[in-house]
Amino acid sequence: MRAESSSARFLFARLLSKKTSKLGIFPAGGRLFKDVNSAMSEFFQSIGTALYNTLIVQDRWFSLLHGLGITLIITLAAIVLGTLLGIIFCLLKLSKNKFLRGIAHVYIEVIRGTPTVVQLLLIYYGIFGSVDLNKILVAIIAFGINSGAYVAEIIRAGILSVDHGQMEAGRSLGLGYWPTMFTIILPQAVKNILPTYTSEFIVLLKETSIVGYIALVDLTKAGDQIRSDTFDAYTPLIIVALLYLCMTLTLAKIFGILERRLRKSDIR
Amino acid sequence: MISVEGLHKQFGSLEVLKGIDQHIEKGEVVVVIGPSGSGKSTFLRCLNLLETPTKGRIVFEGIDLTDPQHNVDLTRQKMGMVFQQFNLFPHLTVLKNLTMAPLKLKKMNKAEAEAEAHRLLGQVGLSDKAEAFPVQLSGGQKQRVAIARALMLHPDVMLFDEPTSALDPEMVGEVLTVMKSLADAGMTMVVVTHEMGFAKEVATRVLFMDEGVVMEEGTPDQIFGNPQNPRTKLFLSKVL
Repeated sequence: MRAESSSARFLFARLLSKKTSKLGIFPAGGRLFKDVNSAMSEFFQSIGTALYNTLIVQDRWFSLLHGLGITLIITLAAIVLGTLLGIIFCLLKLSKNKFLRGIAHVYIEVIRGTPTVVQLLLIYYGIFGSVDLNKILVAIIAFGINSGAYVAEIIRAGILSVDHGQMEAGRSLGLGYWPTMFTIILPQAVKNILPTYTSEFIVLLKETSIVGYIALVDLTKAGDQIRSDTFDAYTPLIIVALLYLCMTLTLAKIFGILERRLRKSDIR
Repeated sequence: MISVEGLHKQFGSLEVLKGIDQHIEKGEVVVVIGPSGSGKSTFLRCLNLLETPTKGRIVFEGIDLTDPQHNVDLTRQKMGMVFQQFNLFPHLTVLKNLTMAPLKLKKMNKAEAEAEAHRLLGQVGLSDKAEAFPVQLSGGQKQRVAIARALMLHPDVMLFDEPTSALDPEMVGEVLTVMKSLADAGMTMVVVTHEMGFAKEVATRVLFMDEGVVMEEGTPDQIFGNPQNPRTKLFLSKVL
């Protein structure tokens, strides 16, 4: 078993170093060639070994992939929950009823004013402490509630940015308050909030990296476990960082396209 | 058609309307003139309850609008409103600006609404702009679209709140022409404006407002030819 694994490592490293000498950056022959070539081959060999240890040994790539899945599930479900809560609490905060406004105010201020980790721990050990609830579900609820407070304020800013005359125009056509809100005000607000909303989405994605606190193995935790197993800090954590970057860049790209579509009506 | 009885409106401690009694008959074109801050826009906006009167009654076609039991949305469908700032819906095409309300209110089906929209756009001279977005239109075109939009539900009265005040001078004419043809067709209209030429030519009655009351009223000939109130004289001497 041990011999097998070390011969596989050797092959993997050989493969990488062969590729680099094939690039033909340094022509064959001469002392320089030999020195540089051996230095480079050593360098790539060490990267190969590091990658091999981080990803291949004990099928560690799989635990990273699994962690990535957990991160994505929590983020996507939490943004949906957070957006729903955000819409509800934003409308409560804009309501004429003092009591409803008060509820929204307290929710937003308490959530924004306390650390997310503390909220997560409170919800996990406190509220759901005596219930055997799936940890992923707990994380989704915690991050959803957390994100809802920010989304509420983002949407409220968007609604306030729409000219008051739009509401008057809708009402004077005989539409009620809610139909005007949903068909005239909110579509315009959405266009205005999209850049900030994208940021909130990205922040949420990164913030889920604290779920290790409730012993959930997300992408960050998976990377960290590999770090402690291999005593190599750079390789697993840089891979983790790159994976986060890929996800956030993809998100930014998708929302960028959406934003351009919505701006169609602005083209003169 | 519209009876206004003892209308008062206060914003905080500021009393903008201090008791207005008016009766507007079907087919009348009532033009409201007066210095800024005189309360004329507030008066107009009280008619369809965009502003809630502090005191007094507004009775439209036999219904007391100030009655809290009354559903104001139903009445507003019979009152078209045109704003100084147009207030077109920027995220919708011209056609959808027109068809949105009748469709949402289930007053027409899609084909009917679009046919009516095209007819009205033709009437205001904008048949070719149905698929344009508001941002692509000039001010005068926007205001004509806004008039067409207000006409979609076949209102019994049209309210105009300084419809030409936000326009470049060369675009005032096209909007006034549309309004004049509307008046010629027998539409009941209440118009707040600074266009004295329009008032002289189209109005059946002119109200001069100042300091929250109607200071003087009469036919255009009476108001412009032989004003009685010194405030009216002073105002007209400044604007004519």
